[in-house]
Amino acid sequence: MPFNILVLACLTYVAALFGVAFLAERRASRGMLGFLRSPLVYTLSLSIYCTAWTFYGAVGYAARSGLEFLTIYLGPTLIFVGWWWVLRKLVRIGRQQRVTSIADLISSRYGKSNLLGVVVTVIAVVAATPYIALQLQSVTLSFGVFASETPEGWALPNRDATAVWVAAGLALFTILFGTRNLDAKEQHHGIVTAIAVEAVVKLVALIAVGMFVVWGLAGGPAAIIARIQSYSDSHWVIQPGRWVGLIFLSAAAVISLPRMFQVLVVENVDERHLARASWAFPLYLFLMSLFILPIAVIGLERMPADTNPDMLVLTLPLAEGQGALAMLAFLGGFSSATSMVIVETIALATMLSNHILMPAWLWLRPKATLSGDLRRAVLLARRLSIMGVLALGFAYFRLSGGSTALAAIGLIAFAGMAQVLPALLGGIFWRGATKTGAGAGLVIGFVVWAYTLFLPSFGEGGVISAQVFAEGPFGLAWLRPQALFGTEAMDPLVHSIFWSLALNTAAFCAGSILSFPDPVERIQGAAFVNAFDSEAQAERLGWTHGKAEPEALLNMAQRILGEEALSFFEAEARAQGKAGYLPDMTPSFLAGLERRLAGSVGAATAHAMISQLFGDATVTVEDLMAVANETAQIMEYSARLEEQQEELSRTARQLREVNEKLTQLSVQKDAFLSQISHELRTPMTSIRAFSEILTEGDLPPAMVADYGRIIHTEAVRLTRLLDDLLDLSVLENGTVQLNLGLANLGQMIDHALAAAGQTRPERSFDIQRDFAAEEIFLRTDADRLVQVFINLISNARKYCDAAQPVLKIAVRQKGGRVVVDFIDNGTGIAKDAQGLIFEKFARLTDQTRAGGAGLGLAICREVMANLGGTVSYLPGQRGAAFRVTVPLRLEKQAA
Amino acid sequence: MRRLRAPLFLARAVYRKRRLRDAARLLPLLGFFLLILPMLWQRPEGPGRDVVYIFVVWAGLIAVAALLAPGLGGSEAERDEGGDD
Repeated sequence: MPFNILVLACLTYVAALFGVAFLAERRASRGMLGFLRSPLVYTLSLSIYCTAWTFYGAVGYAARSGLEFLTIYLGPTLIFVGWWWVLRKLVRIGRQQRVTSIADLISSRYGKSNLLGVVVTVIAVVAATPYIALQLQSVTLSFGVFASETPEGWALPNRDATAVWVAAGLALFTILFGTRNLDAKEQHHGIVTAIAVEAVVKLVALIAVGMFVVWGLAGGPAAIIARIQSYSDSHWVIQPGRWVGLIFLSAAAVISLPRMFQVLVVENVDERHLARASWAFPLYLFLMSLFILPIAVIGLERMPADTNPDMLVLTLPLAEGQGALAMLAFLGGFSSATSMVIVETIALATMLSNHILMPAWLWLRPKATLSGDLRRAVLLARRLSIMGVLALGFAYFRLSGGSTALAAIGLIAFAGMAQVLPALLGGIFWRGATKTGAGAGLVIGFVVWAYTLFLPSFGEGGVISAQVFAEGPFGLAWLRPQALFGTEAMDPLVHSIFWSLALNTAAFCAGSILSFPDPVERIQGAAFVNAFDSEAQAERLGWTHGKAEPEALLNMAQRILGEEALSFFEAEARAQGKAGYLPDMTPSFLAGLERRLAGSVGAATAHAMISQLFGDATVTVEDLMAVANETAQIMEYSARLEEQQEELSRTARQLREVNEKLTQLSVQKDAFLSQISHELRTPMTSIRAFSEILTEGDLPPAMVADYGRIIHTEAVRLTRLLDDLLDLSVLENGTVQLNLGLANLGQMIDHALAAAGQTRPERSFDIQRDFAAEEIFLRTDADRLVQVFINLISNARKYCDAAQPVLKIAVRQKGGRVVVDFIDNGTGIAKDAQGLIFEKFARLTDQTRAGGAGLGLAICREVMANLGGTVSYLPGQRGAAFRVTVPLRLEKQAA
Repeated sequence: MRRLRAPLFLARAVYRKRRLRDAARLLPLLGFFLLILPMLWQRPEGPGRDVVYIFVVWAGLIAVAALLAPGLGGSEAERDEGGDD
């Protein structure tokens, strides 16, 4: 077959893929996803598990070691059949946390630690580079196969040049469709669709070759089985260690390989697709593997001994003269290689740019975070990463010389990526897993893998010298790369898997148990491990997942904004040309609503609420922390407001009370002024009148004497009034002189009763006393205290309105104080007047007016204050009752 | 606390759904058991029957998974995730 036709076929095929990807992108951008995102496309896109390594390598693998190649497909089958265990949770977490890659998942689970992201990225790049090289190698090999078989005798111009062209073409395709847009979810509809097409091509190609071999060359399935039965040499016997180890390894790989994670989790649009893929993907693998053994058996039988078994899929049809079939097989292999490289490159480029390039760029240019050109920077980083990854793959291809058997390289990559497994599974099933543990496990696993498998793969004397292989580094035999701790009997691959994963898991568990996670880590841990619980709770609350019902939004907004929400919704609906209150959920409407809500509850809370209702992602920890901060601020602020308000209302209450008192006092003062002028005027009038009469003369002496007495009496009244006023002002100013001395209380009451007896002497009072209790000696100013007693007793005499008045004087001793109660049996003092009686110039009734100007009780109060005691009205005694409290011993005050 | 609030016994339909999930969880274990059996066999006459055995087990696993999947896939299957049986 002419080389030109081959190249033309390749180019046509690639152009068709471009077309498919382009159309898919266009449909997706118009929102017409339809079949693009069906379970079928999802399942077919998973088929990138079957790379050129499957297409070419599996046949070679089968030719070399019989049934063992099946383990590579049995492991994923078990994982998919048991999707309820791990895959379901991975996909759910991936959607909830908007995971963009496996490095992102690990870093997100362990408290968004970028360091872990870097570690996983490095592992992924190191493990994937040989794998990408492997794809380039298989494409160049397949070109070479055609070159050697052509009768025209054209030779492949340059093996490396072919690889360069392939790598460049793949880079172009990947950049075109892998970095068109910066979707937060990193989904690439065009590429996924193209890969689905390629999946069909490679399956059809392999089955076509297989059917030709089984029915065209061998003569039916029974003949094939009979031939397989004849292979009883040692290579074909199942080795238990490798059998179990490889099933486990491939099971681990299908979860942790970056490209598998990309299509399985990141590109997943609907979790229900997983249920379909749980049996459809194993079926795909089953069909892919079905004809591998027949091709290998017949190939070994028919082809010359020196044929590369890895190329049997191509060479067998060619040798049988089936050019078209060989062409189909070539395109199948080409599809396998290209689809794998594209997805792997996208996955790795996402990791590289998100975890290494962008952080470094932001760190180097911190100002750039403020400017708006971040998108361009991210895209540039993505594109550079894609080229970098492909360049690395090409460099490895050049260096390794493309000589190693395909299967070996694939298994090395599997084992490398499997180091992520403990951190991954521990992260989603064990809340106690911590960043420290994950980091320790990853690093130790990676180092052990590199030392026991990756570096030795360059051959003895390649990177590790033959001496180290034989005797161990520095002569430490127990550290020999392929016999750690003296385990010499193990197969090198199983040995490496065993030790790397064992030490990895041990470090992971020990590190997790011994360290303490930070808050973000713990929140993320809970979110990951309980991924289904939170979902169930959200559903119980009635929010439909992924969709916001306008009613629900309105309901929520009304609770926060009140009536304003309704008018806002109505205005928005009118702006959209809709009647009623429920506008469409456009981004601008949501943004506006969020701003409104933010005005009420704070930006972070508003965002969290909207995304809870609208987005299918749960709230991130940053959101929550912002909410917590905001809430704390608001709470502190409102607490402060409350405090101020309380103080204000307290002050207002006090002011109100004072004001009331002032008003009353002002009324009293007015009353007093008229009273005092009246009081002063009455004696003055009579004094003036009588003195005028006296000055006229010719009066009988008896009259003169009579008038003189009246003038005297009135003058005495005036003097007493003025004395009282003076006394009060002295007492109030605190300038009073106290004559302290010991005095008997009983005697003081005797004096007071005798003195007060002059007030309304015509009334006979029944005085009830307890003389025994009165036998108390007080150290006080006796004269002043007696003055108070006199005042109280005369008040009782004056105002008690009972027909048979009784005055009870009760004395008690209480602590260091003496309490004297004066209780009569009159009507007492009205409740509203009780607060006033001790004020100056208060006089309740004018019924008796027996002297005084309403200063008596005011003076009493001041006297008692000066004596260190109190006098107060005692309500509820069925009569007027006053209580006098004096200290037993009054010490002289310093002042 | 949640265990106390969850009902102790479930309606027949939910009960069947739970057992279906148990079956889905057990299926890979069964598959692993069946698939490691061949390495324990001594076949001096050749690996032909092993090949047939493995492919039959494989096809069986796929068929059972395909039977179980529709019952597990619906979103309503997850609503009663919380409680115990």
